[in-house]
Amino acid sequence: MIAHLPALQVIIPLVSAPLCALLPAGRAVWLAAMTASWLAFLIAVLLLDRVLAHGPISYLMGGWPVPWGIEYRVDALNAFVLLIVAAIGAVVITFGREIVERRIRLPESKQSWFYTAYMLCLTGLLGITITGDAFNVFVFLEISSLSSYVLISIGRDRRALTAAYQYLIMGTIGATFILIGIGLLYVMTGTLNMGDLAARIPAVADTRTIHAAFAFLTVGVCLKLALFPLHLWLPNAYAYAPSVVTAFLAATATKVAIYVLLRFFFTIFGATFSFETMELDRVLLPLALVGIFSASVVAIFQDNVKRMLAYSSVAQIGYMILGISLVSVTGLTASISHLFNHALMKGALFMALGCVSFRVGAAKLERMAGVGRTMPWTMGAFVIGGLSLIGVPLTAGFVSKWYLVVGALEKGWWPVAVLVLITSLLAVIYVWRVVEVAYFKPAPAGQVVREAPLALLIPTWALALANLYFGLDTSLNVGVARRAAEMLLGVGP
Amino acid sequence: MNSEATVVLALFIPLLSAFFIAANDDRPDWREGTTLLASLLLLGVVFSLLPAVLAGARPAVDLLPFAPGLPLRLSVEPLGMTFACVAALLWPLNSLYSIGYMRGNGEQHQTRFYVCFAIAIASTIGIAFAGNLLTLFVFYEALTLSTYPLVAHKGTPEAMRAGRLYLGILIGTSIGFLLLAIVWTGWIAGTLDFAPGGILAGKVEGPAVAVLLALYMFGIGKAALMPFHRWLPAAMVAPTPVSALLHAVAVVKAGVFAVMKVTVYVFGIDFLNATGSSQWLLWVAALTVLLASFVALTQDNLKARLAYSTVSQLGYVVLGAALATSMGVIGGSMQIVMHAMGKITLFFCAGAIYTATHKTEVSQLDGLGRVMPFTFGAFLIGALSIVGLPPLGGSWSKWYLLAGTADAGQWAMMAVLLVSSLLNVVYLLPVAARGFFVPRPPDGHPAGDALTGIREAPLACVVPLCLTAFGCLLLFFFADGLYALLAPIAAH
Repeated sequence: MIAHLPALQVIIPLVSAPLCALLPAGRAVWLAAMTASWLAFLIAVLLLDRVLAHGPISYLMGGWPVPWGIEYRVDALNAFVLLIVAAIGAVVITFGREIVERRIRLPESKQSWFYTAYMLCLTGLLGITITGDAFNVFVFLEISSLSSYVLISIGRDRRALTAAYQYLIMGTIGATFILIGIGLLYVMTGTLNMGDLAARIPAVADTRTIHAAFAFLTVGVCLKLALFPLHLWLPNAYAYAPSVVTAFLAATATKVAIYVLLRFFFTIFGATFSFETMELDRVLLPLALVGIFSASVVAIFQDNVKRMLAYSSVAQIGYMILGISLVSVTGLTASISHLFNHALMKGALFMALGCVSFRVGAAKLERMAGVGRTMPWTMGAFVIGGLSLIGVPLTAGFVSKWYLVVGALEKGWWPVAVLVLITSLLAVIYVWRVVEVAYFKPAPAGQVVREAPLALLIPTWALALANLYFGLDTSLNVGVARRAAEMLLGVGP
Repeated sequence: MNSEATVVLALFIPLLSAFFIAANDDRPDWREGTTLLASLLLLGVVFSLLPAVLAGARPAVDLLPFAPGLPLRLSVEPLGMTFACVAALLWPLNSLYSIGYMRGNGEQHQTRFYVCFAIAIASTIGIAFAGNLLTLFVFYEALTLSTYPLVAHKGTPEAMRAGRLYLGILIGTSIGFLLLAIVWTGWIAGTLDFAPGGILAGKVEGPAVAVLLALYMFGIGKAALMPFHRWLPAAMVAPTPVSALLHAVAVVKAGVFAVMKVTVYVFGIDFLNATGSSQWLLWVAALTVLLASFVALTQDNLKARLAYSTVSQLGYVVLGAALATSMGVIGGSMQIVMHAMGKITLFFCAGAIYTATHKTEVSQLDGLGRVMPFTFGAFLIGALSIVGLPPLGGSWSKWYLLAGTADAGQWAMMAVLLVSSLLNVVYLLPVAARGFFVPRPPDGHPAGDALTGIREAPLACVVPLCLTAFGCLLLFFFADGLYALLAPIAAH
């Protein structure tokens, strides 16, 4: 059983998806999805534990040896990402039931399909992360993308349909580019296994085909992870999707895309090829900086709080890319730990926002007047998430920002360090706009708002408290991230 | 109980009391009782550390690991002990005063007020006992965030604007400059611990020292060094107890305390002296002292005048640090204590006047001294202490600072200190003088009629302000104890 954990990690959510479609709407289907999600989380924990204790795990699907079969390969990096995805998947589905039953545009008879799509999306994200086969990455990418288009389109607002369509177009272009890149690599090396690719690429690295493959992959993955200026699909998709979907996608989908980027650049092409031959950092660094800055500024002017947080996500993705473009252990540690920390903070924020719109009916800023008093617990969680987003000490957000600034200073990149700090101040502005309205503006007369139900509050607070916990005890989010960073750069143990 | 546990207890008493206060939202007597009880407990706990620290002990305790070799650490040394004593001593008095003031004025959201207040005190204790720069930064930010709801308390557009300015300047400078300075320090020195004699000597040289010093000095926005002082006058929209304890004692003193700590334990005064990097700071501090005094002269609003006076008096502490001599550092540290006692008295009086008469402007105080003799008497004592006249505490800090300027041969600075004392006389004493000597407007005159029926503020307001005024007097006679406590920071 233990030996088959890597396979179970993907198979359990995959099998639960059709099962959900068969179950009637209501408690039963929710329980099934939740059980599968929490099992996936448990497996992710076990995997991480084993990887940290015994080193990378290689699992051959169906027992087929490597060039023919598909290998699942778990090391410190993807075990960590698996943990993020599975944890958020489990917490969000626990949170999701009330939202699904009361707040999305689906008749009751079709609500089970929501869970099917959700589990498929989770399967896809876990699969991308765990597989050691480049083509398999594409397959799972399509599974997760197609199901996320569905999830976004069932938002209450009719604009969710256009948002999903926009994402569909952009996502398909991205996936196609990735497929072209993988195809070119296969032509040149005759293998799809990541380990084999890494071994064979250096011999043919100096060809135009490999360079083209590299370019296609870079653009394709950057589309999926919404790097500025390829982020245009993201704000609408996040703003109009149901809050449970936004919380899930914001905390996991872009993170997995960044994982793919790390895997291709560092493991398959190798840091030397990516950053010395192709000089990728020269492209990533300016895009990251412009993205952080412009998205933070745009976020300040949003009246829809969900949209504001979506732009903030674009900025936060910029931080992760910035850490990668430093090409140092500290920079990568910052990026990888920010994958985790950002998942915690955005998960908490979107879920708290979900609680607000559950009671108030919208995520508009002006509708939030006075909710600080009427929904104290919800807004408490929101404030914690917001502080973490700003990067206030004692929150998880501070940890990654700390390493990012240290990384920039190590390189002697003063202006970058200063810009990171300045953009934190922009985050203060957009978070505080919400806090002011919620706490100091009186609620409109006659509006009766109660605190969100416990079923929503408990998962929200679980993530909010995690923000505080991992701001204090950094052995997981920094310790594992550092190991993964050292592994990617080939230094350390 | 050993002293390590006591240090942790000092941090957790106010923090836990915040929970109990929140839980007693609908029982005002319990809520305020908890505040008083916690403040007295804290007072006992902090002062129980004093004998050990005087005997040379430096209890330290690691709370949590943040990064390898970089824990959140509390450790007690003389400077921090002094600051903690000030905060712990004034919190009970302020709590008593708050009860009188908040009830007397029927303020809204009192539970939020007391909860935030308790968290702010916990943060202050954390700053005072911070064992490294990271811990200092953590509690520094916690103090900013926990005092924001107190500044914006009234929720009026004016209070909201002030809150934004407050948060903007304090968070802006601390993240923009201070965090950068701390990361830079950690990177070049390899440690963030406070160590006697500093950690930077030999690690950095040339103009970089002055740049780093500038990042620290302007990054610590709470020290209100010009041009980052605007938040302090703006914060005066807060209820008076907040202005009294937080914006005359805890918050601003946390700022100058951090300045002192950085000067003494990060740079080291010998290192600053050898490189001469703090010369520019002397002039900025002197400019702050004088300009703020001049602005104070022009303010008719009593609290605004006191706020600018605070900006000016904080400049003294920074000036003492920038002198980088033992006398300067001791004088500056003593100024933290003396000014705290004097200024809290003045703010208590301003609040008592507001509670009794709802008057806020200096020009409205004519003749009030005779109906409120205790309040105006205490104001006079506090003012004289700030000016630095014996037999009041303030005279000692001024004395050591003057001695410090003489030691360093900074005659221009000595002149600045003397001129500033004169300015203090000009803007503070008229307040008391108007109350006592200007005859009250005659009956039949609208301003005169308004005075009929005015009596002293509630007892809960008057008692604390008499006690702090008496404290100013006591500090004059017990300054040698304070000197004995502070002496080790200058000798290493």
